[in-house]
Amino acid sequence: MQPRMSVKAGMLSLVLLTLFLAAWHLLVLAQQGPAVEMDPEYAALMGKQATEGASALPKPAEVGAELWRHVTDPFYDAGPNDKGIGIQLAYSLFRVLTGFLLAACVAIPIGFLIGMSPIFRKALDPFIQIMKPVSPLAWMPLALYTIKDSNLSAIFVIFICSVWPMLINTAFGVASVRKEWLNVARTLEVGALRTAFRVVLPAAAPTILTGMRISIGIAWLVIVAAEMLVGGTGIGYFVWNEWNNLSITGVISGIVFIGLVGMLLDMALARASKLVAYAE
Amino acid sequence: MGALSNPFDPDQTLWGGCSCGQHASQAEHDAAHRLTGAAPAPDERERLAEGRVAESAASDRAAQPADTDPDVAWTDREAVLARTVESAVLRGVFGGDASRRGFLRAVGSATALAAISQFIPLDKLKAAIVEAKGPLEKTELNIGFVPITCATPIIMASPLGFYERYGLDVEVIKTAGWAVSRDKSLAEEYDAAHMLTPMPLAITLGAGSVATPWTMPAVENINGQAITLAMKHLDRQDPSQWKGFVFGVPFEYSMHNFLLRYYVAEAGLDPDQDIQIRVVPPPEMVANLSAGNLDGYLSPDPFNQRAVYDGVGFIYKLTKEIWEGHPCCAFAASRKFIDETPNTFLALYKAILDATAYSQVHENRKEIAEAIAPRNYLNQPVTVVEQVLTGRFADGLGNVRNEPDRIDFDPFPYHSFAVWILTQMKRWGYVEGDLDYAAIAEQVYLATDAAAVMQEMGMSPPETTYKSHTIMGKTFDPAEPEAYLQSFAISRV
Repeated sequence: MQPRMSVKAGMLSLVLLTLFLAAWHLLVLAQQGPAVEMDPEYAALMGKQATEGASALPKPAEVGAELWRHVTDPFYDAGPNDKGIGIQLAYSLFRVLTGFLLAACVAIPIGFLIGMSPIFRKALDPFIQIMKPVSPLAWMPLALYTIKDSNLSAIFVIFICSVWPMLINTAFGVASVRKEWLNVARTLEVGALRTAFRVVLPAAAPTILTGMRISIGIAWLVIVAAEMLVGGTGIGYFVWNEWNNLSITGVISGIVFIGLVGMLLDMALARASKLVAYAE
Repeated sequence: MGALSNPFDPDQTLWGGCSCGQHASQAEHDAAHRLTGAAPAPDERERLAEGRVAESAASDRAAQPADTDPDVAWTDREAVLARTVESAVLRGVFGGDASRRGFLRAVGSATALAAISQFIPLDKLKAAIVEAKGPLEKTELNIGFVPITCATPIIMASPLGFYERYGLDVEVIKTAGWAVSRDKSLAEEYDAAHMLTPMPLAITLGAGSVATPWTMPAVENINGQAITLAMKHLDRQDPSQWKGFVFGVPFEYSMHNFLLRYYVAEAGLDPDQDIQIRVVPPPEMVANLSAGNLDGYLSPDPFNQRAVYDGVGFIYKLTKEIWEGHPCCAFAASRKFIDETPNTFLALYKAILDATAYSQVHENRKEIAEAIAPRNYLNQPVTVVEQVLTGRFADGLGNVRNEPDRIDFDPFPYHSFAVWILTQMKRWGYVEGDLDYAAIAEQVYLATDAAAVMQEMGMSPPETTYKSHTIMGKTFDPAEPEAYLQSFAISRV
């Protein structure tokens, strides 16, 4: 039963994709206006949109060709402002992972502390509640001004947006470890550190991983916006550069790559959370 | 040569410490006066006789000390001694060097003398900027640019090898907009950057950023902007019909903003009340125009031509029709960069001047268009860039126009440009209070250095650093900025 269902689901996905592409193609064709009569000398100076009434939106096939071009040559380097999609993605991933790991190093210990000690939780709660809803991009000007390095600023923004979900989830996971398990540990006279690592951490791990999964999703959302702002390198810059050329084809292919990488990141953490999952 | 040290002297205060505003301190001011009273006086008279003063505000102001020369107290032994020593030094410096004398005349001898009196105890900067014999302090530089045709010299110097020619390994880095360019420059990620001509003034004054001494060694382009209107406004080409329009400009401290404000104000519209001016990054202008969010914009090319190319707008007016020869974009660097790496700066400066001269030649424009259109630089269709640079373009109304000076390149940073910009910043409330126009202009716009370096490179810089400009038929006299400012009916002053 199970395999047949996934086959069916896969086929349904394909049908939906085909329908979507067909609708897109038809939309572009419908937008095609009539060719405009023009002096050939004048027409030579104009774009296809003006002369042939072509739609600004590319056809799916054009986007496909563009995607293929990127996939077949992902690592070319034609100067500081023109690098292959693979290099751009690598820059973005590096920033996201650095910011994310830094955030994990800070959030998990502090989350532990908050989860274990009600006093700390009460004391830190107002700060967390105020900082949490701030859009990470609101930090950008402040970061640029104080850190004075656009690359570090981008990493800082990733850090600040990844830290809250991990912190809150860790605190929640630690606080809700079953009292019986802690009591058992205490009865057996297990030391505090050992209790933390052998009892609390494994018990809270699934919740912590959920926090990390939320964080990486947010971090990947934010990096694109941050790179569009500061420019230079990264997938956000790539999209901005294509937009600068008003190339919708390029922007769409950027979107596809962003989506694919985001999905891979999420899948990786989903796989990791399976490793620490347990049944009671 | 003498005036060189003036803009490069890190100790020079911005706000003219003396009564005439030209000298760092009252003592220097007095020293200059003593000097004009002594040895160079015949030279000064000769200059007056040649009638240069009338055409040059710089010379006007230079002549001032001579007129109001407080007599050197002959009883004051120290003053007499100082004067004797200084005049001897002057003779030594200028003796037999015709080109330097010519340059001195151009900038006005009082300015030059004031400067010389400070750097005669061998100022390190003088050696750096004019002779620059030392090795380059560093060769790897990052220069930021915003992808528009105004930045042509800065950009094309990379693919066409101008930086290499001067021993530099330069990465030109595309930047999303001017606010980012400013912040990255302030953060020293960029050694130098493409900016808008008002920006170094604004940064130095601390308008819109932390006040940091900034300099503008060269103008990039003159002209080269346009007012583009959406296709739906074909029959509303009289600015008096523009009430309620939403216009885009690329940055607040831009010639675009000031020219647009000037233009609509001349037509009787208050730019803050009757129309709305929005800061929109240039690449987003075309999309906003076609979406109807903007009725028009005054923006840098290629985005005017791009609107025509994509059939969403038409070129209503080239900015050269508002002010023929107006400055637009600039090559800007922090004073710190110049002070700390003077040899590198000079090499870079020469590369930029060289590239600008190359861009000036119309025959080279096609080649440049092809060099800067690719993805690494402007990322635009070649024909769009070519139409901008060659001046043979489709105007969006069905005509092919031929305006070879649609955009032009002239590096000389006239002080009078700065004074005009400052009057407009004050006119629209971007800065308040009393401004020492000339002192700020001379500190930020390195016209005297430009003249010296250009001369050394065999180019022919203009003789004066101030000249009057004509904007929409109205004359601007840089010697009378306040009177000019008061002459506008619509202003925030």
